[in-house]
Amino acid sequence: MRLWMLGIAAIVLSFISLFIGAIDITPKDLLNWESDETHIFLISRIPRLLAIILAGAGMSIAGLIMQSLSRNKFVSPTTAGTLDAAKLGILISMLFFTNVTYTQQVIFSFAFALAGTFLFMQILDRIKFKDVIFVPLIGIMYGNILSSITTFFGYEADLLQNISSWLMGSFTLIIAGRYELLYVSIPAIILAYLYANKFTVAGMGEDFARNLGLSYKLVLNIGLVLVAVISTTVVLTVGVIPFLGLIVPNIVSLYLGDNLRKTIPHTAVLGIVFLLICDILGRIIIHPYEIPVNVTVAVIGSAIFLTMLLRGRAYAK
Amino acid sequence: MIEIKGLTKQFGKKPVVEDVTVTIEPGTITSFIGPNGAGKSTLLSMVSRLLEADTGEVLLDQNNVKKWKSSDFAKRVSILKQANYLNVRLTVRELVSFGRYPYSRGRLAAEDEKFVDQAIEYMNLADMEDKYLDELSGGQKQRAFIAMVIAQDTDYILLDEPLNNLDMKHSVQIMKILRKLVDELGKTVVIVLHDINFASVYSDRIVALKNGRLMRNGPTHEIINSEVLREIYDMDIPIQEQNGCRICVYFNSHT
Ligand SMILES: Nc1ncnc2c1ncn2[C@@H]1O[C@H](COP(=O)(O)OP(=O)(O)OP(=O)(O)O)[C@@H](O)[C@H]1O
Ligand SMILES: [Mg+2]
Repeated sequence: MRLWMLGIAAIVLSFISLFIGAIDITPKDLLNWESDETHIFLISRIPRLLAIILAGAGMSIAGLIMQSLSRNKFVSPTTAGTLDAAKLGILISMLFFTNVTYTQQVIFSFAFALAGTFLFMQILDRIKFKDVIFVPLIGIMYGNILSSITTFFGYEADLLQNISSWLMGSFTLIIAGRYELLYVSIPAIILAYLYANKFTVAGMGEDFARNLGLSYKLVLNIGLVLVAVISTTVVLTVGVIPFLGLIVPNIVSLYLGDNLRKTIPHTAVLGIVFLLICDILGRIIIHPYEIPVNVTVAVIGSAIFLTMLLRGRAYAK
Repeated sequence: MIEIKGLTKQFGKKPVVEDVTVTIEPGTITSFIGPNGAGKSTLLSMVSRLLEADTGEVLLDQNNVKKWKSSDFAKRVSILKQANYLNVRLTVRELVSFGRYPYSRGRLAAEDEKFVDQAIEYMNLADMEDKYLDELSGGQKQRAFIAMVIAQDTDYILLDEPLNNLDMKHSVQIMKILRKLVDELGKTVVIVLHDINFASVYSDRIVALKNGRLMRNGPTHEIINSEVLREIYDMDIPIQEQNGCRICVYFNSHT
């Protein structure tokens, strides 16, 4: 697969995404600056598209970094507790401050995502049996523990309604003014690209990395911070999107290998394409209603993931 | 110059390297020999900073290795460990290119490419340079790792049983290339070997370890004799002279 092919697919899909939805908008409508259609286009369709692009690229790259640093193909923000920790952080911020501000939520969520992922890496360091399947299973269990803590305290404090709304990854509510936090992931993505070689070297293992003069621990920590920044911005704006960080980097790895300098651009664009397809399907299947994107991603993603598990156990080793 | 001074390492209560003092002569091949579990790998790991010593110190050019900046140290000393588990899908060429990481940080200049080409040629990997590592045989993979270390172009090259998995032809080829690196480019090679005939034929000096202690350290001809080998291996090993090489005939020795 060539990058330009993915690029063209992304552009075509973006165009489609801009012009489908409950209200019909055609490019001609946009000629009239004052029309309702133009207004909807500007405050809803464009923000939605930008959110999809940033979330798709961000989550895929976050997954790629985690797989490289943990040296396990099936570790990702959804299978290492990152997203669950981020949610727990939001809950704690609500318990902690009576009138919690958005900034406080962001900070708590980020701190928890970082600490949660870090703790998982520590656990990973200690377990002897580093099977490709066993490790993500531990990660999923760990995430579920964090999640049940969130549910328990959420229930106690009567915040459950709130919590379940973030469980759902969806672009339905994305309008101008509600997604801008996602821009914070742009510098994180750029930094990930600049650090690509370092992540690849770190992915060769600590001994290789130190032989090549890499500050292994530092690079590891920078990687985890980037993952936490990206995951937090996505959870707080869009919600949880499962599987994306798991399957996209794995597909790219199959045809392009694991040299991150080469694979990061592909991973980003393929992530965007995949998320656009899922979102567009969600919008047309029960038109004029919508299926939230986390559902379409989960259905398509789990099918791909299962195929990968069954066929790819040998490859992932 | 690398000086190992009074190096000791314990795992739990058990000392696995005990008060070892050795100076690695620059411009030589030094073979580390000794039975399984003698502490050879542990010693090499401490010299290359992968493992911290309990007591004692390792000096590189009179400075403790711990004081060296990682990026500078990686241009002076490289190590290939005994067992290498790599699950990243890199092509042979990509892997060898990462040997240039200390210099290029991943963006290869023309000079880096030259080193990469040469290392690939040395290790006979040209026809498989675009293959992924997971498509290679055990010995081919091992050669790719050695090529990476050669591309790193350090003054000191530490190799822990690099002939593992290699057939006779490639073993001999690699030893000859190491000889060339030492004789023509002035490198210093420290190599752990189990086949003492390779040590006998290709190395300038031999360091023998047993039970974590230094048994012998001297020029090859002093170590390769039946008496010394009996001390090290508890075996009677007859030695035959052939074309000026001393060959140890250990295949049916009494133990
Ligand atoms: N990480 C570790 N934890 C505990 N013990 C260890 C560890 N690494 C090595 N040892 C012990 O230290 C001793 C020396 O090990 P080392 O690997 O240095 O031996 P070696 O001379 O390289 O042997 P071989 O020829 O088999 O490679 C062995 O008895 C081993 O059991
Ligand atoms: Mg060893």
